[in-house]
Amino acid sequence: MPQNYVPIFIFIAFIGILIPVTLLAAKLVRPDNPSKSKLMPYECGIDPVDSSRGRYTVRYYIVAILFVVFDVETIFLFPWAVQFKALGVFGLIEMLIFLLILVVGYIWIWKKGALEWV
Amino acid sequence: MTHLIIFLFFGALCLAGAVNLLVQRHPINSALSLVVVMGSLAVEYLLLGAEFVAAVQVIVYAGAVMVLFVFVIMLLNAGEEVRTKGSRVAMLFGIPGMLVGSALVGWVLIERTGSQTVAAGALPGAPRTIGWLLFHNFLLPFEVTSILVLIAIMGAVVLASHPDTDSGKKKS
Repeated sequence: MPQNYVPIFIFIAFIGILIPVTLLAAKLVRPDNPSKSKLMPYECGIDPVDSSRGRYTVRYYIVAILFVVFDVETIFLFPWAVQFKALGVFGLIEMLIFLLILVVGYIWIWKKGALEWV
Repeated sequence: MTHLIIFLFFGALCLAGAVNLLVQRHPINSALSLVVVMGSLAVEYLLLGAEFVAAVQVIVYAGAVMVLFVFVIMLLNAGEEVRTKGSRVAMLFGIPGMLVGSALVGWVLIERTGSQTVAAGALPGAPRTIGWLLFHNFLLPFEVTSILVLIAIMGAVVLASHPDTDSGKKKS
């Protein structure tokens, strides 16, 4: 029932108000005196040599898609877990088959070396 | 009444996010608009009583899928979009086409259902009910999903791994 989520809405609304108010208060209070070297990107005191908008390695993509896949797996675990007692042994076997198929995939990518960040 | 007001507010927010997604020229701005669309859709699902779908919408779509989108934008190093003549032609025909299409869908829906509405919470939406349905009535589709997910894992690794490091015999 949506009524149960009213505290969450209040929480989100409070954050939505708090963040702009904090930023605005900080802007009003702090001294504002920018200069060229102050506005430069800070990289451990070393002058930046290049634009940071380069192409990133494809490994990030693998990490992201594996995250999506195993996220979906965890999502399926949740409705099973709330009904665990009602579903009994049959549900347990069902979930074990589901997990087994995914563990096969996990072992495969492990052997393939896709998890290594060379 | 407050139910309806919240529903309309987040519906409007969702549409505004979707329009902003199309109008923005930088892909990152579009991606952030998509987060707004996903988030407001989650609230709409919640208001319809689909609690589990709302949670999935936030966790999978606004969380994981958006991370994937942002990584793809980083990967392609996509810059500002350049408006071309082709896209202007698409706009000229696309907007009337979209209006006609959505009017058609709306007309069919009104024609078929009339003024009937579904009360919030009348349809199964709680995780408890979903769990029962998933592991009883929809058992085979659930198991097939694991195969689908397995194919997604293998496809991603095959597509994205480099041919040189693809030998499979590499040790650490």
